[in-house]
Amino acid sequence: MAKLQSATELETWRKDVLATRDPNKQTITICGGTGCRALEGQAVSDAFHAGLAAQGLASQVDVKMTGCHGFCERGPLVVIFPQRIFYPGVTAKAVPDIVSKTIAKGEIIEKLLYEDPATGKKITYEYDVPFYREQRRVLMEDNGLIDPTSIEDYVAVGGYKALAKVLSEMTPDQVIEEVKRSKLRGRGGAGFPTGRKWEDARKAPGDTKYVIINADEGDPGAYQDRSLIEGNPHSVLEGLLIGAYAVGAHRGFIYIRNEYPMAVQYITKAAKDAEAYGLLGENILGSGFSCTFDVHRGAGAFVCGESSALMRSMEGKPGEPRSKRIHATESGLWDKPTVLNNTKTWALVPHIINRGADWFNSIGTEGSKGTMVFSLVGKVNNTGLVEVPMGITIRRLINDIGGGIRDGKKLKAVQTGGPSGGCIPESLADSQVDYESLTKVGSMMGSGAMIVLDEDTCMVDTARYFMGFNSSESCGKCTACREGVVRMYNILERITHGKGEEGDIAQLELLGETTRNGALCALGRTAPNPVLTTLRYFRDEYEAHIKDKKCPAGVCKDLISFSVLADKCTGCGLCKRNCPQEAISGEKKQAHVIDQQKCIRCGICREVCRFDAIKVE
Amino acid sequence: MVDLNQVDAFVDRYGGEERALTAVLLDIQNAYNYLPPEAMHRVAEKMKLSPLQVYQVASFYKAFSLKPRGKHILTVCLGTACHVRGGPRLVDQVGRLLKVTPGQTTPDKQFTLETVNCLGCCALGPILVVDGKYYGKMTVGGVEKVLNEYREGKEVAANG
Ligand SMILES: Cc1cc2nc3c(=O)[nH]c(=O)nc-3n(C[C@H](O)[C@H](O)[C@H](O)COP(=O)(O)O)c2cc1C
Ligand code: SF4
Ligand code: SF4
Ligand code: SF4
Ligand code: FES
Ligand code: FES
Repeated sequence: MAKLQSATELETWRKDVLATRDPNKQTITICGGTGCRALEGQAVSDAFHAGLAAQGLASQVDVKMTGCHGFCERGPLVVIFPQRIFYPGVTAKAVPDIVSKTIAKGEIIEKLLYEDPATGKKITYEYDVPFYREQRRVLMEDNGLIDPTSIEDYVAVGGYKALAKVLSEMTPDQVIEEVKRSKLRGRGGAGFPTGRKWEDARKAPGDTKYVIINADEGDPGAYQDRSLIEGNPHSVLEGLLIGAYAVGAHRGFIYIRNEYPMAVQYITKAAKDAEAYGLLGENILGSGFSCTFDVHRGAGAFVCGESSALMRSMEGKPGEPRSKRIHATESGLWDKPTVLNNTKTWALVPHIINRGADWFNSIGTEGSKGTMVFSLVGKVNNTGLVEVPMGITIRRLINDIGGGIRDGKKLKAVQTGGPSGGCIPESLADSQVDYESLTKVGSMMGSGAMIVLDEDTCMVDTARYFMGFNSSESCGKCTACREGVVRMYNILERITHGKGEEGDIAQLELLGETTRNGALCALGRTAPNPVLTTLRYFRDEYEAHIKDKKCPAGVCKDLISFSVLADKCTGCGLCKRNCPQEAISGEKKQAHVIDQQKCIRCGICREVCRFDAIKVE
Repeated sequence: MVDLNQVDAFVDRYGGEERALTAVLLDIQNAYNYLPPEAMHRVAEKMKLSPLQVYQVASFYKAFSLKPRGKHILTVCLGTACHVRGGPRLVDQVGRLLKVTPGQTTPDKQFTLETVNCLGCCALGPILVVDGKYYGKMTVGGVEKVLNEYREGKEVAANG
């Protein structure tokens, strides 16, 4: 393949690619995202290839493995084009039927269709499924359509058009102006205006500048950056190149977690292919603009997602943050002006260039424009990745898209912003989801993890969990964070073990304030948030632990006990076989009993019992 | 035994630049399941870095293990989404079946149990990963069956 020399050559190639494709050809797409692979999606794909070959249909039907479609809960997902027939939870065993009926004869297989739990109705097409219908997909739009390892697929959906436009028709200042006008804010947590960051770096003195994609994605519960890179790697790369041109950088990087091997592989392949086509490297599209690209794998340290720590880490050093007074846009990687943006931020840029700042501006709220991808996880029915306009309410997200709380339980709180964020109680579920509103209720946007907590969740335990996380991730450079977080953790440990004392709450609040004010980087400054928000909204739960030595949610082991409900127990013996302490006894078909002396309150018996016969109090 | 030629090859792969230190260490770790001291010394020598810097980097990042690990690495996710859906009970169950606590290796050097703060597959929590193969919606009752696959020495391909 000769390198493309101009925007016109790119368009000619696009026409050629499209000319070889028949939009009405049957195409089976199988989700190849990590979630669906964990549910044996690869076997489903293999079965389709084999099944089509066996029935002599291989040449008439395309089979494609795509990135994450979002509805991971129901994987492995299969969507059949052009109609978009939607089969969730497909197993390799069901494939021969799909081939001989749906593919060969156009018959819909009722029993494989998605059943809307709310109405009990079967739904045939993907776009009618409530989980998708209520979304506004921009970043995730092409994930279900393209093979992430194929540059032709990306070009077929309009890929690299924005890059070509920028290089052939716009000056760097015009690009920055457009991004500023779009009011795009960073999707990595703090929501800093992207255009302004680019402008600062452009104006900074010096010829050597860098651009970096932050794909460290350390927030537990978030996986949208991974899914974007695994599903549409070229879109991230295209955004980065546009930014490089705007700020005058000639070297770009991605900092990506080593725990994401498939994402590393796909972005590496995307860069190689882009280079082969003259879309990356020397003299891109004959414009005279050059930019290289390298992949840096992170090695597991949450703090390395922070700007200055990330850059130290890329230099081959331990990733310790440095003072925020030094801006990366002036002195970042190797002390050169550097723009670091989140994966989603970069991937939004081509959309803004193609459709215009006004279009972007028309979505969202006054202060938060555009869409945001959330990972809706925890105790909600439909877990997965959802893309919605900024400003949607928490309740709509959970009920209309998430299908409500699992097992008919009640919503208790929503945790956003990861270990730096907070827990928003059910009473505030009508709050909007945007940068300002989340901050106002004491939490933050973070990278878009939204963990739904139900009535069985103990809020003191949740706070303890996050402080454990933060204390193990603190780099230890400054005392306020190193000591403050550990002391808060220790107090919470005591409380959850039933050894809470009068005055603990006041002590937590005081430590929270000191840590917040004395820490060097945002990890320490925000670390007390999970405690402070739970204290604000769930103070009575703390008091129940401290004063009454009770865990109302039935979670904290030292404050609860397990017993068998004799009227519900069938004597199946499953709990007895699984109890790690051999604390359960009973004859077959007789009600079992738990020996409280031996029981360590691990909760395994309750999880395995199929008859709801284990009570916790 | 550490093959120093292979270590040299890892360093050469990245042109010996300082910024490649973590990449080199990750490759060594992938090859040996941990970072043998001889290998770290060789890296320092060949990349012209102080052994202290190599050691600091190796101990700063969670991906690196300074002690030998088992043939199979069992990783249980304790990220928030998995935590609220029973991750800690999986740790207990694996621990009970293998008689190890997180960070430990079985005496026969077959299994190491580790925990991690999110594996990026949160919708299907709780997640157990064995040697790069993801098991979604894992249950306490299902752990034994998974372990047996590896006890029998079957080769299982990574899927994530
Ligand atoms: C402890 C800590 C961890 C962070 N982790 C991430 C991360 O994993 N991904 C990310 O994009 N930003 C992360 N950030 C925010 C970055 O410092 C930075 O603000 C962001 O990458 C800038 O990109 P944006 O303007 O596009 O949001 C983290 C910040 C802190 C303090
Ligand atoms: S606040 Fe915590 S993580 Fe940040 S530099 Fe200080 S010790 Fe390190
Ligand atoms: S698992 Fe449940 S039903 Fe079976 S013996 Fe135990 S308590 Fe009874
Ligand atoms: S809680 Fe755990 S230790 Fe106690 S009876 Fe149930 S399974 Fe056994
Ligand atoms: S991984 Fe298949 S839908 Fe997310
Ligand atoms: S929280 Fe377990 S995979 Fe993300």
